[in-house]
Amino acid sequence: MTLPGTITASSVSVELDGRPVLQDVSLDVVAGEVLALVGPNGAGKSTLLSVLSGERVPTSGLVEVEGRDIQTFSALELARIRSVLTQDNALSFPFRVGDVIAMGRAPWTRTTELARDSEVIARAAEQADVGHLADRRFTELSGGERARVSLARVLAQDTPVVFLDEPTAALDLRHQEDVLRIARELAAAGRAVVVVVHDLSLAGAVADRVALLSAGSLVAVGTPASVLTAASISSVYGLAVRVVEIDGRPLIVPER
Amino acid sequence: MKRLVVALSLGALLVAGILTSALLGQLPVQPSEVWGGFLRAIGLANPWQPEDPVIQSALQFVRFPRIVMAIVVGAALAAAGAVMQAIFGNPLAEPGVVGVSSGAALGAATAIVLGLAAVGDFAIALFAFTGGLLATLLVYFVSRANGRTEVVTLLLTGIAVNAFAGAGLAFALFAASTASREQIIFWQLGSLNGALWNEVLVVLVVAVAGVVASVVLGRRYDLLALGERNARHLGLDVERLRLLSIVIVALLTGVAVAFVGIVAFVGLVVPHVMRMLLGPQHRALIVFSAFGGAVLMLAADLLARTIVPGAELPIGMLTSLVGGPFFFFLLWRQRRRSGGWA
Repeated sequence: MTLPGTITASSVSVELDGRPVLQDVSLDVVAGEVLALVGPNGAGKSTLLSVLSGERVPTSGLVEVEGRDIQTFSALELARIRSVLTQDNALSFPFRVGDVIAMGRAPWTRTTELARDSEVIARAAEQADVGHLADRRFTELSGGERARVSLARVLAQDTPVVFLDEPTAALDLRHQEDVLRIARELAAAGRAVVVVVHDLSLAGAVADRVALLSAGSLVAVGTPASVLTAASISSVYGLAVRVVEIDGRPLIVPER
Repeated sequence: MKRLVVALSLGALLVAGILTSALLGQLPVQPSEVWGGFLRAIGLANPWQPEDPVIQSALQFVRFPRIVMAIVVGAALAAAGAVMQAIFGNPLAEPGVVGVSSGAALGAATAIVLGLAAVGDFAIALFAFTGGLLATLLVYFVSRANGRTEVVTLLLTGIAVNAFAGAGLAFALFAASTASREQIIFWQLGSLNGALWNEVLVVLVVAVAGVVASVVLGRRYDLLALGERNARHLGLDVERLRLLSIVIVALLTGVAVAFVGIVAFVGLVVPHVMRMLLGPQHRALIVFSAFGGAVLMLAADLLARTIVPGAELPIGMLTSLVGGPFFFFLLWRQRRRSGGWA
């Protein structure tokens, strides 16, 4: 019996122009859990995210949602299962922030979920701290504000699985913490959260499980404390680090 | 509220445009005769109908079809512009600018040179539509990268398509007989002169169908503004929407160009003005653009046939005269805002 919102990748490999980007990766996305994908630039984090979200068809291997091949889902079916926060915050036309967040409800048009629209939108805007921006034009916002509005849109999609590709990249310290808290809350509410982050300490702070990738291969998966060790990070990143533990969470500091 | 004001203004302008167009011309017509002539035309005898049968037939077979043609062509072109901008994710996309119109023109010229015009205007229309469709497909697949189209790429593609179609047209002119040559040239300049009811009907049907279809797709165009990837993540079948929209654009542009010739910039100016007034939501944008296009086209045609007494200016010339500087203004503004061309 699989839990709702469980996505399983089995021996997934991806080749781009004949170059292997992912090699034989097997990974589960589990409901009620934050899974962090970490690794150096070009390790294949974003590729793995797009494979798990059904956006990219793997060259070999299988991705299943609740036991069914992800390729057999229509775009709309998938949109009701998982939402994806990408790093693309461009908008072609100057829509208002409120409209942009409401676009997250698109998959639920003509369903009974429609009745919850305003409630879900309001909560998403509040969580991402963009409620006060509702009447502003998206195109007039700063990079960090745009990122938060995009996050609110993703939250408004209200799916059992949430993929976040570098959600903290453009954010200040406080809003970074907000994102981490939101990810925790989503998991606590029984959703599955997959997050790509560069900051290892951040990954250590937010994740239930960490998947460490290196050159397209999965090096280790497990609790932050078991994966983010000085030895494994030093070998994957080629940089000597010290790992300090604070409140049971690893904090990673380069040896300077 | 804002929508209501704009809707009422457009409605008033449209009615004023229709009345003025019916009144002005070489034959003097009384205002009451316009109404009477209209009722008579739809088969209702009435006390206001023109006593002079010449006036009645001038209204019924010359001015009325011309007015309706202006309305539907304007609506079709403006709606096509709005749809095109939506699928290109770029506010500068327009059938005339990116070469759809010249593709349609090449198709029409081919039909004229091949002597198919003798078969009827519909042969020209069909060829124009095919040319427009091919040009739209070409521009679409050449100018896109990563789900978006940059301004530079779009305009350069437009130049290439226009150049190619221009060469084709030049060859058509070279190969054509003197009579066909004249037909091609005047057709290209664009004119509503001599619009016939059966032609008007074809354009009307296509324009209504195209506008309705694109309004139905309106919400999806909104999602497309987020970029192709994000739209797909929201459950949108982007590929299908694109192809459907290309067919809609080609139909709307093709049918308008086929009977009226090249009328550029309506599809650029009108959606822009409407977007400034009402915001970018595509449902409203497309509906209002259609009405705005109708008003603009009616006004342009009125100018075209009254500005020089006893002669008629090509309407395509007039719209380009206004549209060219407007396009320039848009480029300037975009450049100032984003500091570049992308």
